[in-house]
Amino acid sequence: MAKIIVVTSGKGGVGKTTTSASIATGLAKRGKKTVVIDFDVGLRNLDLIMNCERRVVYDFVNVINGEATLTQALIKDKHVDNLYILAASQTRDKDALTKEGVEGILNKLAETYDFIICDSPAGIEHGAQMALHFADEAIVVTNPEVSSVRDSDRILGILQSKSRRAELGMDPVGEHLLLTRYNPERVLKGEMLAVEDVKEILAIKLLGVIPDSQSVLNASNQGVPVILDENSDAGQAYSDAVDRLLGEDKEHRFLDIQKKGFFKRMFGG
Amino acid sequence: MLLSVKRIHENMHASTSLSENYVQLKGSLVPMTVMELFQFDSAKIESSLAQIISQAPGFFEGAPIIIALEKVADEDIVIDFAKLLESCAALRIKPVAVRGGTLIQQLAAKKSGLAVVPSNKGRQDPKTVPIEPFANESATQEAPATKPVLEEVSSPQESPDIAPKAEPEQMEESPQEAEMVTTKIIYQPVRSGQQVYARGGDLIILAAVSPGAEILADGNIHVYGPLRGRALAGVRGNTEARIFCQSLEAELVSIAGQYKISEDLQKSGWKSSSQVCLIDDKLTITPLSK
Ligand SMILES: Nc1ncnc2c1ncn2[C@@H]1O[C@H](COP(=O)(O)OP(=O)(O)OP(=O)(O)O)[C@@H](O)[C@H]1O
Ligand SMILES: [Mg+2]
Repeated sequence: MAKIIVVTSGKGGVGKTTTSASIATGLAKRGKKTVVIDFDVGLRNLDLIMNCERRVVYDFVNVINGEATLTQALIKDKHVDNLYILAASQTRDKDALTKEGVEGILNKLAETYDFIICDSPAGIEHGAQMALHFADEAIVVTNPEVSSVRDSDRILGILQSKSRRAELGMDPVGEHLLLTRYNPERVLKGEMLAVEDVKEILAIKLLGVIPDSQSVLNASNQGVPVILDENSDAGQAYSDAVDRLLGEDKEHRFLDIQKKGFFKRMFGG
Repeated sequence: MLLSVKRIHENMHASTSLSENYVQLKGSLVPMTVMELFQFDSAKIESSLAQIISQAPGFFEGAPIIIALEKVADEDIVIDFAKLLESCAALRIKPVAVRGGTLIQQLAAKKSGLAVVPSNKGRQDPKTVPIEPFANESATQEAPATKPVLEEVSSPQESPDIAPKAEPEQMEESPQEAEMVTTKIIYQPVRSGQQVYARGGDLIILAAVSPGAEILADGNIHVYGPLRGRALAGVRGNTEARIFCQSLEAELVSIAGQYKISEDLQKSGWKSSSQVCLIDDKLTITPLSK
């Protein structure tokens, strides 16, 4: 049975798209048939990170409106097998996503795929609600700062009350905390919240901690999801997170300050 | 069956007409929020009202309000009720009546569609002031310029028309009906943006209450987790209501409308298990562990 996972946050720019690309790639690499959908109608940047922007012919909204079939709109990923991308439309507005339309597409995809990853737009409005509505699980991407934690809390409330699972009184949406852009040095200086603080406030299971890393920017500039940069700290952290998502028990890494030499290497200093 | 019940009713109120099957007037005590006016400056009033309401958004929304005039410093001041009502409408509160004040102020209030309720203390009888010019301006001639101002719908007990035999029924009608006291239990965290209200009873939360969340109860509130949002107990005026929490880190706590915000709370009991209650009408925080 297909699992629908929404990558959401409330707050913008915290790393949802980066996470969607890496988690989807990681699942596909482990042999799971995976599709990743960009719900950020009007902005569209998942295809940039996955380096398939030049191959977009039809998008999500075209399929909802019946202007293209799913097969026509799904773009096969160049880096790994088993992975497909459904791009967002740049030209339509967010209301083009109707509940019925989204449900129809998800049901169709569920027939063939093991995992459906939904990259949510920022905010708590229509687009974000459409992205999370049909989710079985949610990856709540959070940065270690108060405003991001507050917005994540808000999104968790919406998952509890507005998701299909909540509305039908089914088992609640599974909640995973993914702390991204974590910088242990700044935590030590008191400029950022510590993992423990965030865990305590949000009170949900920790899926992973992704360090704040230059490797993410490098990867995104090259159009390669950072999880494929196996030597990078962020890539390894994402890889661990995928293993945990599949039920493996892995110790959390990159929580403490790394040795100077390591940092120098990372930043080429 | 239904018919016979109606018959009994008709017999018991032989003197009243058939209208009783459609409408009935009953005396009742309803707790209401009172807005005390000290001075009148519509802009200043609107901004300070907005500030008060922002402390507990949602709590006052649509609430009926009585405007109390007993504490207005300058008796001759002209109160622009139309303006005041506009400000209140913008803030989504609904004044329904004025209390106290001078005859002129009460007349002005009536012209704006407000009722006048008797003052419970202070200026029992409004000062007699020349009212002629005002009465002339009044559009409706029957403005009760010379009649007593306070024409209350008398409650049944005070009405001499009602025969003693009606008493048993009055008992039945009195608000002492054994109300079911319900307790609402919440097992999950109450998240930012969520609101939980236990109507007519207590509220028990077995998890954290996040900043930006709001929990309300007509009765007591218990939080077995950190209380970081807003908690309002006794929201319908029960001054006996209390708040108990494992760790007091709230944005606001309130009992029967009296509140303290986080800034004040940090001075006592912050992040420790505490009890919030009214002592001598004053919101008081006491530690739970002795
Ligand atoms: N772990 C990280 N270390 C350093 N930079 C990061 C990290 N994660 C994300 N970024 C950078 O943060 C920026 C925002 O990331 P991303 O686009 O994934 O966020 P988003 O949540 O999808 O944003 P939006 O809300 O606009 O959709 C990008 O420039 C990205 O490269
Ligand atoms: Mg994005």
